[in-house]
Amino acid sequence: MTKKLYEYVDAMRLANPDWLGEVIDAFGEVTVFIPREFIVDACRFLRDDHGFDLLADLTGADRGPEDDPRFEVNYHLFSTKHYNRLRLKVLLSEDDAKVETVTGLWKAADWHERETFDMFGVVFDGHPDLRRILMPSDFDGFALRKDFPLRGYEPYSLN
Amino acid sequence: MSVAIEPNQFDTVDHSLESEMTLSMGPQHPSTHGVLRLELKLDGEMVVKATPDIGYLHTGMEKLFEYKKYQQGIVITDRMDYLNPLGNNLAYVMAAEKLLDLEIPERAQVIRVLFCELQRIASHMVWLGTSALDLGAMSIFFFCFKEREKILNLIEAASGGRMTPSYFRIGGLMMDLPAGFDNRCRQFLEDFPDALDTFETLATGNPIWQSRTKDVGVISGEDAIDWGLTGPCLRGSGVGVDLRRHNPYTGYETYDFEIPVETDGDVWARFRVRMRELYESHKIVRQALERLKPGPIKADAPKVVLPDRDDMRKHMDSLIHHFLIVAEGFNIPPGEVYMPIEASKGELGVYMKSNGGPKPERVHFRGPSFVNLAALPAMSEGEMIADVVAIIGSLDIVLGEIDR
Repeated sequence: MTKKLYEYVDAMRLANPDWLGEVIDAFGEVTVFIPREFIVDACRFLRDDHGFDLLADLTGADRGPEDDPRFEVNYHLFSTKHYNRLRLKVLLSEDDAKVETVTGLWKAADWHERETFDMFGVVFDGHPDLRRILMPSDFDGFALRKDFPLRGYEPYSLN
Repeated sequence: MSVAIEPNQFDTVDHSLESEMTLSMGPQHPSTHGVLRLELKLDGEMVVKATPDIGYLHTGMEKLFEYKKYQQGIVITDRMDYLNPLGNNLAYVMAAEKLLDLEIPERAQVIRVLFCELQRIASHMVWLGTSALDLGAMSIFFFCFKEREKILNLIEAASGGRMTPSYFRIGGLMMDLPAGFDNRCRQFLEDFPDALDTFETLATGNPIWQSRTKDVGVISGEDAIDWGLTGPCLRGSGVGVDLRRHNPYTGYETYDFEIPVETDGDVWARFRVRMRELYESHKIVRQALERLKPGPIKADAPKVVLPDRDDMRKHMDSLIHHFLIVAEGFNIPPGEVYMPIEASKGELGVYMKSNGGPKPERVHFRGPSFVNLAALPAMSEGEMIADVVAIIGSLDIVLGEIDR
């Protein structure tokens, strides 16, 4: 099943070998690590030339405060033409948790990126409206980071 | 020496929008289906700009998953999309099963399909009833909830819970179907076509309903893909993607059903897609019932699946496994998966990342309502304020899933 997915990986390698980091094939899914400066180019290439026209999901993950790079941003691409899925992954270190936005490619990325910013503090450069989305605008901290306690720092009150 | 100044050169007021006002619709508004607030910029009655404001129901479920064992997480998923809890259960347990590489027995698969389709009908009943209520059609609401009640009774008979069943477990089902379930389900299937006729008469053939929904909230197929719409909202815009067919799971590829597609992209098209889906779900439930053969309902994985009560009384090792699973949980090998299913509202994806322990490192729910709601501004800008209500109804959102 993943054989077909490797065609897209090979096409990416052919287009620009710098785009590809590690490629992981597990559980019938292919994950491609992409250096963060190339993520928009790689996404545009997959969208325009290989039919991955729907951004199914974009989400972050925290590997823990002692890890470097600490944050992951996962892009789950889906095609409404050939129905394949591909996961792109960008790794970000804590002191420079910034990646370029893909809202220029998919409008769907807007809320997903806002949520990732809200929960992990990852900044999406060039996002038109990067505000908190689920938490209140005056909330302190990023709730899904591993060092954020489950019950928060102090009782939160709405003013 | 003086420079001629045009009279209106420094006039900052945009006269075309002199009557513009900002209206806050919600968070407590009956037609926003929960605590959703819309900030509407209006020019008279026309919507110039719509900005959804969400987060009022945020309860940190994704954070909570990281503090609960895998099997405890199932209970949390019930409370996300509370109109489609079995769909949430399924996506979550299948993500864990994919990481564990478990083989699910045939009977469990068939029962999963059966309940998912019953749940889809129940979810569509709430959508039809409430969205019609928003547009002023009151009686259809009662007919819809009557049918939904029958399905909730079936779910209660099998799992003990009506709204929060937690019926699907990692590796199979909580327990087998009760005696006489077949007949009760068959009875429902026999009565349901009559109810469908009632809905078609009350809604489809109703000229007021048609004029309120046709050419309202139009979104083209390309825009729908761009906004990431899935499910009936995407199929209403002419893109026939259904994950039950195109990324099949739990044996959906072996069932015979159609994928309803409408091309207009308006509220009416989304309404027709869901109405036609009711017939298809009815068809699938009937097929699943016919396939129901006796057999095991749990995978053969004693370290993951809770043993039967009876087994525990007779066998020492079953008792030990039971104790270990309940007290310590089970470890899932490290890795990450994204498990998409076709829930009643669209693609419900679970991103699950394991670090090898008994608790997940990260669980993310890609709720279809979350993404579909993001496209609301694109559909409602330029429409009348009363039509925004119709558009929200046609998106079929559940705030429990959007805010998580």
